[in-house]
Amino acid sequence: MSAITRDEVAHLARLSRLALTDEELDHFAGQLDQIIAAVARVAEVATDDIPPSSHALPLTNVFRPDEVRPGLTPQQALDQAPAVEDDRFRVPRILGEEA
Amino acid sequence: MSTPTETLMPFDEAMERYEPVLGLETHVELGTASKMFCGCPTTFGAPPNTQVCPVCLGLPGSLPVANAKAIESTIRIGLALNCSIAEWCRFARKNYFYPDMPKNFQISQYDEPLCYDGYIDVEVDGETVRIGIERVHLEEDTGKSTHVGGATGRIHGADYSTVDYNRAGIPLVEIVTKPITGTGRLAPQVARAYVAELRDLMRALGVSDVRMEQGSLRCDVNVSLMPRGGTEWGTRTETKNLNSLRSVERAVRHEIERQAGILDAGGRIIQETRHFHEDTGTTTSGRSKEEAQDYRYFPEPDLVPIAPDREWVEKLRAELPEPPSVRRRRLQAEWGVSDHDMAAMRNADAIDLVEATVKAGAPPADARKWWMGELARRANESGKALAELPITPEQVARVCELVASGQLNDKLARQVLEGVLAGEGTPDEVVERRGLRIVSDEGELAAIVDQVIAENAEVAEKVRNGKIAAAGALVGGVMKATKGKADAARARQLILEKLGVSG
Amino acid sequence: MSELIRKTAAELGRMVASGEVSAVEVTQAHLDRIAEVEPKIDAFLHVAAEAALEQARAVDERRAKGERLGPLAGVPVAHKDIFTTVDMPTTAASKILEGWRPPYDATVTRRLREAGLVIVGKTNLDEFAMGSSTENSAYKPTRNPWDLTRVPGGSSGGSAAAVAAYAVPLATGTDTGGSIRQPAAVTGIVGTKPTYGGSSRYGLIAFASSLDTPGPFARNVLDAALLHEAFSGHDPLDSTSINAPVPPVVEAARQADVSGMRVGVIKEFVEGEGYQRGVLRRFTEAVELLESLGAKTIEISCPSFAYALPAYYLIAPSECSSNLARFDAMRYGLRVGDDGTRSAEEVMALTRAAGFGPEVKRRIMLGTYALSSGYYDAYYGSAQKVRTLIARDFEAAFQQVDVLVSPTTPTTAFKLGERVDDPMAMYLADLCTIPSNLAGNAAISVPCGLAEEDNLPVGLQIIAPVLGDDRCYRVGAAVEKALEDRWGGPLLKEAPSL
Repeated sequence: MSAITRDEVAHLARLSRLALTDEELDHFAGQLDQIIAAVARVAEVATDDIPPSSHALPLTNVFRPDEVRPGLTPQQALDQAPAVEDDRFRVPRILGEEA
Repeated sequence: MSTPTETLMPFDEAMERYEPVLGLETHVELGTASKMFCGCPTTFGAPPNTQVCPVCLGLPGSLPVANAKAIESTIRIGLALNCSIAEWCRFARKNYFYPDMPKNFQISQYDEPLCYDGYIDVEVDGETVRIGIERVHLEEDTGKSTHVGGATGRIHGADYSTVDYNRAGIPLVEIVTKPITGTGRLAPQVARAYVAELRDLMRALGVSDVRMEQGSLRCDVNVSLMPRGGTEWGTRTETKNLNSLRSVERAVRHEIERQAGILDAGGRIIQETRHFHEDTGTTTSGRSKEEAQDYRYFPEPDLVPIAPDREWVEKLRAELPEPPSVRRRRLQAEWGVSDHDMAAMRNADAIDLVEATVKAGAPPADARKWWMGELARRANESGKALAELPITPEQVARVCELVASGQLNDKLARQVLEGVLAGEGTPDEVVERRGLRIVSDEGELAAIVDQVIAENAEVAEKVRNGKIAAAGALVGGVMKATKGKADAARARQLILEKLGVSG
Repeated sequence: MSELIRKTAAELGRMVASGEVSAVEVTQAHLDRIAEVEPKIDAFLHVAAEAALEQARAVDERRAKGERLGPLAGVPVAHKDIFTTVDMPTTAASKILEGWRPPYDATVTRRLREAGLVIVGKTNLDEFAMGSSTENSAYKPTRNPWDLTRVPGGSSGGSAAAVAAYAVPLATGTDTGGSIRQPAAVTGIVGTKPTYGGSSRYGLIAFASSLDTPGPFARNVLDAALLHEAFSGHDPLDSTSINAPVPPVVEAARQADVSGMRVGVIKEFVEGEGYQRGVLRRFTEAVELLESLGAKTIEISCPSFAYALPAYYLIAPSECSSNLARFDAMRYGLRVGDDGTRSAEEVMALTRAAGFGPEVKRRIMLGTYALSSGYYDAYYGSAQKVRTLIARDFEAAFQQVDVLVSPTTPTTAFKLGERVDDPMAMYLADLCTIPSNLAGNAAISVPCGLAEEDNLPVGLQIIAPVLGDDRCYRVGAAVEKALEDRWGGPLLKEAPSL
C-alpha cells in the first residue's frame, strides 16, 4: 500500500502554493511515497514517555529591551519589490476575505 | 454568500425558543515603543513602509527577537484576568499564505499560551456575570492591504492591492473566553459589557491605548444557538473584526435573530466567518470554515521557550493596579454620583480625566460638570476623544478654582477653556490676554449700576414700586456693559440697594 | 602561478600585518587563480573583483596608518551565497532570488568585514542548501577539483571546491545535516560545524532553523580555527545564539595534542551497510593513529543514531516548508504570471513552481505533509522525540569519552548525475553527520587519506559536546600533524593540478 496518494500530493502542492504540472505530480507522488515510507520509521522508537525536542539546545527567556532601533528607509524596503505604487508594495488582486 | 432571502426571527421570540452560546476573541495591540520581534516603532498613522526593517518585512535571513515589555504586559493582562501563568511555553508558527503577512506564517502561540484559565466579572443590569477566560496569548499583527479598482474599494472586484507593512509585527495579545452560556436575553449586552470591561482593564494596566476605531482593540464574536431545554450546542459562526462596543452588541443580536430564523425554517447553520456591516447592522458570509484551513502549527524554532520566573510573576501580581470595577465603585462613592452619571462618564471615557482633575484640587461635581459638559461638547464638535483635547486635568482644575474664588463666572470660564483649547496658553494666561477677569472693583461696578439705572429709568421705577422680578433686566444691562465680566449676584444686590428695595 | 595562493591563511595574515606583502597583492593573486580555475570547477556564483580589491586597499590603508591588524586582515575569503551581503547579490542558488540585493549584511558577513577579511565572491551551493552534491544549484553544478567528473559534495560545495582548488585559503559554509563536513571530506579539506548557536544565523537564509549552523572551511585546522573565531560568538539578533565566549579553538588548534584524551568510536557508523571499503580503512588507520598519539580509544554504541536520518528528513523539510513560504513574489525576488488578471494566489503558485527546483519542491511538500493535522504526531512529533533520544545517546557517550569519531561520509565523492534523481541515495551522504545537527553539538571533518579504490579523499569526523568545539580542533590538529609528517605535506598536494 502506498503511503501517500497522488491526490494527497496535489493537495500538498496547493497548500504549499506550488502550481505543479501533471507530470511533476506523478513524479513527486512516487518519490514522496518512497521517502515517507522510509522516514515513517521514526514512529518505531517514539514512545509516549519521551519528551519531544523542538530546539537543539535548552535555552530559555531570550528577550530584547523595548527600544526603537533604526530600520530601513521606504526606498530600501521597496527597492527589490516586483511592483510598487504610492510607497506600497503592489500585489495582484487578493482572493478570499478581508483580513 | 448564504441564502439571500434570510428571514430574521424577532429577538424576543428567538430568546423564547433558543439559548445563545457566545465566545469572544479579542485582539489588543500592545502600546510598546517597538514591535514584537524587531526594533521598528509602532506609531499609528505613519507614512507607508516607513516603520519597517528586514525582520518585520520577513526578508530572507532575518530573525525575530522577542520584546521583553510585550511579554511582561501579556503576563500582567493574564494576572489581571485571574489566569494561571505558564511555567514554560513556546511561540508557534501559524502557516498560511496571505500577502499582508510577510513571512506567510504568523508567529503566535498554539497549545502553550502564556496565560490560561482565568475569569473576569462584568456587570449588566445590576447583575454580575462571570466570564471564563480560556487563554491569553501573544502574537504579531499583519500589514495592511488597500484594495484598488473595482466599484467599492473592497476586496471583491478589486483590480489589485497595495500593502503597507508598518503594522506588521506590532505585538498583539489575543484574549479568548470560554463559552459563555446562560446569559439568555442579556447575551448582546453581556458581550458588550465584557469588551468594555476588557478595554478599561487594558487602560488601567497601561498596556494599550485600546482605541477601537484605530483597530488597537478588535473583537471576533462566536455565536451559536441551542434550543431551550436542549443540551447540545449548535453550529457557530464567527463575526470578525468588530471595532466598536455598539457593533459588538448589534452583531450578537443580529446573529441571534438570523440563526433563529434559519433554524426555525428548518435550515442549518454553516460554520463560517461573517462580516458585520455598520450601516445595516447585519452580517454577511465570509469564507466557509469547512474548506480545510490547515495552519500546520509547530514550535517556532527561531525563538526559544519562555519560562517566566515565579518571583517575577509574583512581583508583577503585587504591582497590579486596582481593578477597574472596584475603582469605579470607589470613585462613585467618593464623588457621590448616581449610577447613571457614572455610566455616562464611563461611556465618554471621562473617568480618568475627572479623577485627575479632582486630584489636582477640583471639587468632583465641578470637574465632572466641565468634562461632561463644555469639554465633551467641544470634543464632539471636533470629532476627538476627550483625552485628545489639548487641555490637561490640571488646567481644568485651575479653571474650577478661578470660578470657586469668584474670579470667573461660568460664562467666562467657558471662554477660558476655549482659549486653552485654541492654544493660547494656560488658563491664567488666557484670562490675562483676553482680559476675562470678573469686575470685582466695587467702585467700578457701582458706577456701572448707576449708569444702567439711569439709562433704564422706566424699569428702575417698576422695581422701586416693588416689581422686583424686573431687576433681572437691569442685571442683564450690567452684564452687557461689562461684557459678562461682572459678578451677576453682586450686581443684583447693588441694584436693589440703590433702588431701596430688599431682595 | 603566484606562490601566495599556496600559503595558509595564518601565513598570509602575518605577511600582510608585517607589510611583507600588501592585501591588494594577496587579493589579486587569488583573483587571478579564480579566473584560472573557475572555468573548470564553477565554484562561484558571483566574483566581486572590484569590491574585493577595494576591501584589500582599505586594509592596506589601515596598516599604513599604523593600525594593528587582526590575524586574518587582508586574507581572501569566499562566502557561501546563502549569507546576505549588501554589496553583492544573494541568491541561495535559487532562481526565485535571482539578482536579489539584500539591504542588510548577515552577522557573519559583518564580522568577516570587521576582521578585515576580503570577500572575493559568493560561492555556489545546492538551492537553499538542500542537497549533498551542489547539483541542485539552479545555476550550475560545481565540480570536484580532485576529479572534474565528480561532485564536490554539498550543500556548501562551491566553498569547498574553491578552497581545495587554491582559489581562496578560506571560505564560509553552513551545515544543516552535514553541508560543511561532507564537502570538506570529499574535497580533502577541513570543515567545521560549530556548536549550534555558537555562530549567528542572522542573515543566513534559513533552510532548517533549528539545525542551520554557519562554519568555516580551510586547508588546515589552524586556519579553520582562525576563521571560526573571527565570525563566531554571541549575537543579540539571533535568539538561539549562545551567550558565552567562543571556545578557545585557535589555542586548541595550536596545541594539537591528544595524549590522555578518551576517544569513542561510534559503533553504528562503522558497521552499517553502504560504507566504501577504502573509507573504512582510512578511518581505522586514523583511530590507530590516535592511539599511537596517546589517546585511549573505546567503542561506543549510539543505538538511536539509526533513526537520525529519517528524523532529519522530517524535521528539516518541515521547517523548510515554513521558512520558504516567504518566497511568494510579493515583496522581492521573482514574479511570474502577473498579467493583470491572475490573483495573488495564482501568481504565488506560478512563481514558486517556476522559481524552485525539484529538490526544494520535494522538501516543501514533504514538510507540509509532516506538519499536516492528522500526520503531525506520527511524523514531526515522532521525529522530535528521536531528537531527544539522539541527544541522550550523545550525553551518555560524553560521560565516557571526550570526543567521538566516525567517517565523515560513507563514500568518497560520487559522479555528477549519479544520484540526482534518487533522493534516498543522495540523502545517505549525510548519514554520519546528521546526529550532530539534531543534538546541536560541534563536529569537524579533517582529511585522513585517499581511498585506494578511487584515489579520492576521505574525511575523519571528530565530534565534541556542545561548546566543546575546541576539542574538535585539538584532535583534528593532532591527526593533521601526524598525517602530514607521514605524507610529507598536506593531502592536497596529491590532488591533480588544475
